[in-house]
Amino acid sequence: MMYKSDRIFNTIGHIFMSLLAFFVLVPFVLLLASSFTAEESLIRYGYNFVPREFSLFAYEWLFITNGAVIIRSYLMSFLVTAVGVVLSICITTPLAYGLAKRGLPMRKALTFFVFFTMIFNGGLVPTYINYTQVFGLGDTFWALVIPNLLTNGFFVLLMKSYFTTNIPTEILEAAEMDGAGEFRLMMQIAIPMAKPIIATVAIFVGINYWNDWINGFVYLVRRTDLFTIQNLLNRIMQNIQVLMQTADLGTQAAVGLARAPLTAIRMAMAVMGVLPIVLVYPFVQKNFVKGITLGGVKG
Amino acid sequence: MKASLSTRGQISRSLTKPKWIRFIPVYLLMLPGLAYFFINNYMPLPGITVAFRSFNARLGIFGSPWVGFDNFQFLFATQDAWIITRNTLLYNAAFIVINTTLAIFLAVILNELRGKMKNFFQSSILLPNMISAVIIGYIVFGFLSVDSGFFNTALFPFLGIDPISWYSEPGRWPFILVIVNAWRGVGVGTIIYLATLVGIDRSYYESAMIDGANRWKQFIYITLPLLKPTIIMLTLLAIGRIFFADFGLFFQVPMNSGALFSTTNVIDTYVFRGLIQLGNISMSAAAGLYQSVVGFILVLTANLVIRKIDRESALI
Repeated sequence: MMYKSDRIFNTIGHIFMSLLAFFVLVPFVLLLASSFTAEESLIRYGYNFVPREFSLFAYEWLFITNGAVIIRSYLMSFLVTAVGVVLSICITTPLAYGLAKRGLPMRKALTFFVFFTMIFNGGLVPTYINYTQVFGLGDTFWALVIPNLLTNGFFVLLMKSYFTTNIPTEILEAAEMDGAGEFRLMMQIAIPMAKPIIATVAIFVGINYWNDWINGFVYLVRRTDLFTIQNLLNRIMQNIQVLMQTADLGTQAAVGLARAPLTAIRMAMAVMGVLPIVLVYPFVQKNFVKGITLGGVKG
Repeated sequence: MKASLSTRGQISRSLTKPKWIRFIPVYLLMLPGLAYFFINNYMPLPGITVAFRSFNARLGIFGSPWVGFDNFQFLFATQDAWIITRNTLLYNAAFIVINTTLAIFLAVILNELRGKMKNFFQSSILLPNMISAVIIGYIVFGFLSVDSGFFNTALFPFLGIDPISWYSEPGRWPFILVIVNAWRGVGVGTIIYLATLVGIDRSYYESAMIDGANRWKQFIYITLPLLKPTIIMLTLLAIGRIFFADFGLFFQVPMNSGALFSTTNVIDTYVFRGLIQLGNISMSAAAGLYQSVVGFILVLTANLVIRKIDRESALI
């Protein structure tokens, strides 16, 4: 049953949301179009939504002329994301499983131990000193993985509450009676039942790893060969800034240089950084939405 | 029969051994996670004292000489302390108000829409949230770059406006950052409010329509009151986090431009620059500790209020 006023509202609503979606998505078009524009055209006419002069130069430069750097950083991004997600889930799940265990001595204290990480944080400086001076993490691959494994207890507690509410204790107890050990209980009963939440957490952790640029910026000083695509993008951006700031001082040569790291190539690299996210987005969107809804209620 | 036997077995076992022994496998499963939190979140805590020392890398944190509150005195004697505090608080306050309003507005519209497009709209407004801050910085640069940005090279000449040197005019950045943050963040809020709206019983609206209430009245008298608990909760949570800024947004989008610091420097960027770019570790640590402690107090206060309103939703 639909009233006439409802139909009008529905139409206006669709028009409004379409316009909004257009304005939300159009910045990505600027990125994409610029990456397919000829360099001279970009320098003369600037970034635009339609390539004035179509060119594959930026991508040729990235993958053929200078393939080694970009492909290595791209593989590094994939590697860091894969290793990070697997390790993170392997650590998060058993901890959440344990915290959900009924009758576990010290359960409250341990939950607080995990929870406290969400409300108090030593901050960047002590963490940095700890990782570089105590663990020697600086300039290693693990600097890209370890600081982001479980940034705080949020996902652990999210998963723990899933275990407590969605997995009936009777099932676990029955299996225990049949002589299943704790590890088997977790692997064969709890985890299969908790697949949805594990998938959700894995997606959030994965996106976080793919998008991370801070760890590489902070911990990789000499080993720029370990740079992920985000680190590379960040480094280029930093260089532009340095050049812009010297340009402010009036050195005209620097202005020319600021353009030199090739405008189209920068945009093509940014496109490569977004691409995997856009490709997996349709598949992960449902879980992503679920994660937001679950997380929104609690922190 | 078998079950009762094994229960009796358990009882006799628990009489001879302490309870926790039975749980050793569980503790072993939890060990990696707990060890991780110990390393990542607890071990650095004593290092907080670096804020009270004059840091010397050669001597390490605990060998560096103690200077009491000197670092804090230096920090608060500068304009910086005031500027970063003001910026952090005002930006977050603006973000809360604007993103909440927009999110409710969009959620209400999306909730009323019928048809297949709904899912597409939802996905679109959520997409910017999944992109790294570096790339957001690139996109904004594409618009604002002084000599090749879309605004200065295409839009402004078309409208007859003079080019603007965006990256050296601090006055414009409060608007830019609020817009970029709304673009990036509104999807998340919309999803959360939409989830609440979907749960509202349609019969409320049906009876209101029979009573002749128009859409606006329905919104004011039904939707808004039913959304109120969610709004209050999310706002309080955000207020609890008001002392922590989105580092990526404030570092990447203004391109770390020194000319803009008066309106773009927040506590998180100040701490970061102190540590990584200026090497002023003690000062950076002082600002970091200031943030941690005030932030902690705010989180606890917000929680206390939430607890008063709705015990279930409180963190503690």
